Amino acid sequence: MPSGFTRDEVAAIAALAHLELDASEIDLFARQLGEVLAYAAEVQQIDTTGVAPTASVVTRHAADRPDAVRPSLDRAEALANAPDAAVEAGLFKVPRVMG
Amino acid sequence: MNDTMTVRNVRDAFRARTRSAAETCRDALARIERLDPQLHAFNTIVADRALARAESIDRHFDRWRHAPLAGVPVALKDNLCTRGLRTTASSRILERFVPPYDATVVARLETAGAVIVGKTNCDEFAMGSSNENSAFGPTRNPWAVDRTPGGSSGGSAAAVAAGMAPLALGSDTGGSVRQPACLCGVVGLKPTYGRVSRYGLIAFGSSLDQIGPMTRSVGDAATVLAVIAGEDPADATSAPEPVPDYASALEQGGGDIRGSRIGVPWSLLDQGVDADVRRAIDAALQVLRARGATLVNVDLPHAKHAIAVYYLVATAEASSNLARYDGVRYGYRADCTELRAMYAKTRAQGFGPEVKRRIMLGTYVLSAGYYDAYYLKAQQVRTLILRDYEHAFGGPHAVDVIAMPTSPTAAFRLGERVSDPLQMYLADIFTVSANLAGLPAISVPCGFTADQLPVGLQLTGRRFDEATLLRVADAYERDTAWWTQHPPIARR
Repeated sequence: MPSGFTRDEVAAIAALAHLELDASEIDLFARQLGEVLAYAAEVQQIDTTGVAPTASVVTRHAADRPDAVRPSLDRAEALANAPDAAVEAGLFKVPRVMG
Repeated sequence: MNDTMTVRNVRDAFRARTRSAAETCRDALARIERLDPQLHAFNTIVADRALARAESIDRHFDRWRHAPLAGVPVALKDNLCTRGLRTTASSRILERFVPPYDATVVARLETAGAVIVGKTNCDEFAMGSSNENSAFGPTRNPWAVDRTPGGSSGGSAAAVAAGMAPLALGSDTGGSVRQPACLCGVVGLKPTYGRVSRYGLIAFGSSLDQIGPMTRSVGDAATVLAVIAGEDPADATSAPEPVPDYASALEQGGGDIRGSRIGVPWSLLDQGVDADVRRAIDAALQVLRARGATLVNVDLPHAKHAIAVYYLVATAEASSNLARYDGVRYGYRADCTELRAMYAKTRAQGFGPEVKRRIMLGTYVLSAGYYDAYYLKAQQVRTLILRDYEHAFGGPHAVDVIAMPTSPTAAFRLGERVSDPLQMYLADIFTVSANLAGLPAISVPCGFTADQLPVGLQLTGRRFDEATLLRVADAYERDTAWWTQHPPIARR
């Protein structure tokens, strides 16, 4: 288990998370994530043979409902918080995707 | 006069027409104006909106006279969406976000007659135990302004403690209602997971998050829980269990807890609990015993692993939930000419250090090659923690509630723990288990340290048995006066 992270490992995680980090953040997180994980690794010492994982404590789900058309957010309202939107066209806008 | 401002006093005065909603509202706003420059409990204050609403309630007295929260000023944690009212989660990335809808709890409070006075400061995206992770600067503890109010719902706790509102809502993912309530000397209730709809709560750890009331008294918490609890079609995890009239049950019960069995995990209390806190907890347990309850030792053998499990599960969920902040549909966007770089720069500039730390940790524990070793393993240990509680609450030696401190220490100084995230996390030792197990838990004031800082007693109950939890807490409150104490800053 990692007791510390290399700068490359931190950069790889940051890339997965779409998070740009500067050099000082990479150094800081390499140390701090290592410390937290070294502590959290105690869970690996516990015998969990045959123990089912708990993802949610909800015991019953009302999964089904009638598939009825209902009013939803107005388009202009949905676009109102967008940093850049073509309100007339009803579109969100993003910078170009291809280089 | 505000020294007796409780939810029920305010409402009853409105009903009796001895005090109008507008008068109460003006008092609360005056308090906020006087104290908030020192405490910074609020991110946004809506004086005009509040007063207009209170005056409208007064004008339509007959329509509101039976409403359970008629004219009650409420401060909302700034991660609860309010239609047309800026909701930031104390993050730069949402600094200018104006929700197009109300959270279900907000709609229910307003339907019950409550008057929103503002949005309270918190740790960014509710991630923190001190309010120091707010992008807008920390809230200060009304009992000692050089100390933390706790977190993440620190602004809500400070607002109630300082008499700026008799009611606030917070959210609790690992103790974020109970710990600040404890550190500020007020009541904080985290309901059973599913008891209160999370619709419109800005998500952090979706299997753990729950909204709860912060009030001066247990009776007030009971009154408010009945308003906000109940199934909601907009939240598939909200539960269909019926919502009892918690407050009436307390009145009818008269504080009788004879025969109740109160579990105490003594072995957990032997390490890391401040001596003043321990003394206050021991004294509180004697109060409950004097009322006829029996104290029973309970073993929670996996509780010591709760912090490790929590910070694996909560960060995993957070990294997933916070993926939505990409600068496209709402929130801050970095100026950039290429899409992928725009995502990365937006998130770099929009999130603060603790949020980045947790996104990184969560991304790591969910990543290929580490998922089984960390995330899956944590979920299995979560099951063991759950079983510990099932065992304590079930079987022939079952207890009705489990008692322990809310926080191992009283309020610490601002700046004291910011450079050591792990030390900050470890202080959540007594609160995170209730979230992992989905159980209701309440923090009630139970004394002061030698430095005149509040201490809180935590009670944890069975799933959907808030009634018993409230009954025991109310019984304790009847024999103690801690909850009536006010910080010097708030006295007149």
